Amino acid sequence: MNVRILLAVSTRVLTQLRRDRRTAAMLLVLPCVLITLLWWMFRDLPGDLFDRFGPGLLAIFPFIVMFLVTSVTTLRERSSGTLERLLAMPMGKLDFLGGYALAFGVVATVQAVLAVSLSVGLLGLDVAGPVWLLGLVAVADAVLGTALGLFVSAFAQTEFQAVQFMPLFVIPQILLCGLFVPRDDLPTVLHAISSLLPLSYATDAMEALVASNATAEVWRDIGIVVAFAVAALAFGAATLRRRTP
Amino acid sequence: MMNNLVEIRGLTVDRGQRRVLDALDLTIEQGSVTGLLGPSGCGKSTLMRSLVGVQQLAGGSVRIAGVEAGSKELRPRIGYVTQAPSVYADLTVRENLTFFARVLGAGAASVDRALDRVDLPDQSDQVVGQLSGGQLSRASLAVALLGDPEVLVLDEPTVGLDPVLRRDLWALFHGLADAGAAVFVSSHVMDEADRCDRLLLMREGRIIADGSPARIREQTGTADVESAFLALVDAAAQGGAA
Repeated sequence: MNVRILLAVSTRVLTQLRRDRRTAAMLLVLPCVLITLLWWMFRDLPGDLFDRFGPGLLAIFPFIVMFLVTSVTTLRERSSGTLERLLAMPMGKLDFLGGYALAFGVVATVQAVLAVSLSVGLLGLDVAGPVWLLGLVAVADAVLGTALGLFVSAFAQTEFQAVQFMPLFVIPQILLCGLFVPRDDLPTVLHAISSLLPLSYATDAMEALVASNATAEVWRDIGIVVAFAVAALAFGAATLRRRTP
Repeated sequence: MMNNLVEIRGLTVDRGQRRVLDALDLTIEQGSVTGLLGPSGCGKSTLMRSLVGVQQLAGGSVRIAGVEAGSKELRPRIGYVTQAPSVYADLTVRENLTFFARVLGAGAASVDRALDRVDLPDQSDQVVGQLSGGQLSRASLAVALLGDPEVLVLDEPTVGLDPVLRRDLWALFHGLADAGAAVFVSSHVMDEADRCDRLLLMREGRIIADGSPARIREQTGTADVESAFLALVDAAAQGGAA
């Protein structure tokens, strides 16, 4: 791993993003708009429904957005020939993936700060635990989305295919993560499956933070989410081939 | 021995079910411009990808300065231009070059020099996606010139360029060769043949002629390289039929 090259990749990805105003705006504004929409839906209903669903969505949005953006951008890099050119240069696979992960990690941090500030500050989400930790969980989720997006981009030949990995990789995780049915109430088999999916731990962490200020479990969940992200990056690196047929 | 910078032995490449290159042998000396000419689909790009070390081989070896092509120590020493302009369309020319220079560990001065060499200093702050086709391929070429590579592998770098610019670029290639680099240029345009020190004519994965343009014309008794190519193909067909 070469820090100079890794930072060069991150800087370049961020410059590209800065050029692409529309994508940048979507990345930062969209999660806020969707959270506000959720808050508005539940506004006139009895009970603290926003407190029940909000944390889960704070975990899910950064994950989805980063998954989509990353799977398409890296695929573009593969199909435009720039990846081949980079791999013919002194570019390590981990420099490349790490550079992407770092760049989108920075974006994810800004995104998380915005979404969490909005939820807690304006929309009145009650958080029992430390708010900054909520932000950290969101960043970990975004990094997870980035890593999975990098991973699946290896299996898509076109951007059209890449986008369709979302229903395969993302929607089952959303259904089983505990947002719709608490994980403990799921049928045994589904509960077991949900325990294998990283988004479940991300949602658990968010819900735990909102419910109490005990943080041990939250840290464990963050650790699991990060471990999944690292594994996805490692698999992603394995799919990058310097020599292609 | 010292002069043979590139040594290719028994290079065999399969793409899908098709054998694209079959036991190809070739050496390329330092300080020369070698042209690889042939119709599209004849295996030019595959040979170039093998030189750079991004092609999966079915057999044989490609060694540059005694080291296997594509190995870590060689990668900073080779400049490569793919057929499709491999630059980032949403960055400016300078941003692209600066990025690749950082990857190579080449200094900021090399960016300006590369811009000058391909005659793009005026377009340096333009976003690559807005450049014309010729400017785009020059931007891609500029990336390959960063860091003063010892071997330049250029896959059709002059396609669609203005004749004046084409002449300048060939002068640049010769300048780099005079400075000691091995320049390997492919083209499917036969009229570029005379600009090379050495010419390889390629068809269906095999090299059918190898020599200076003058010598190839002389051997085939033809006036230009295109006729020489045809004469060689016809002779091979008759030889095969007989």
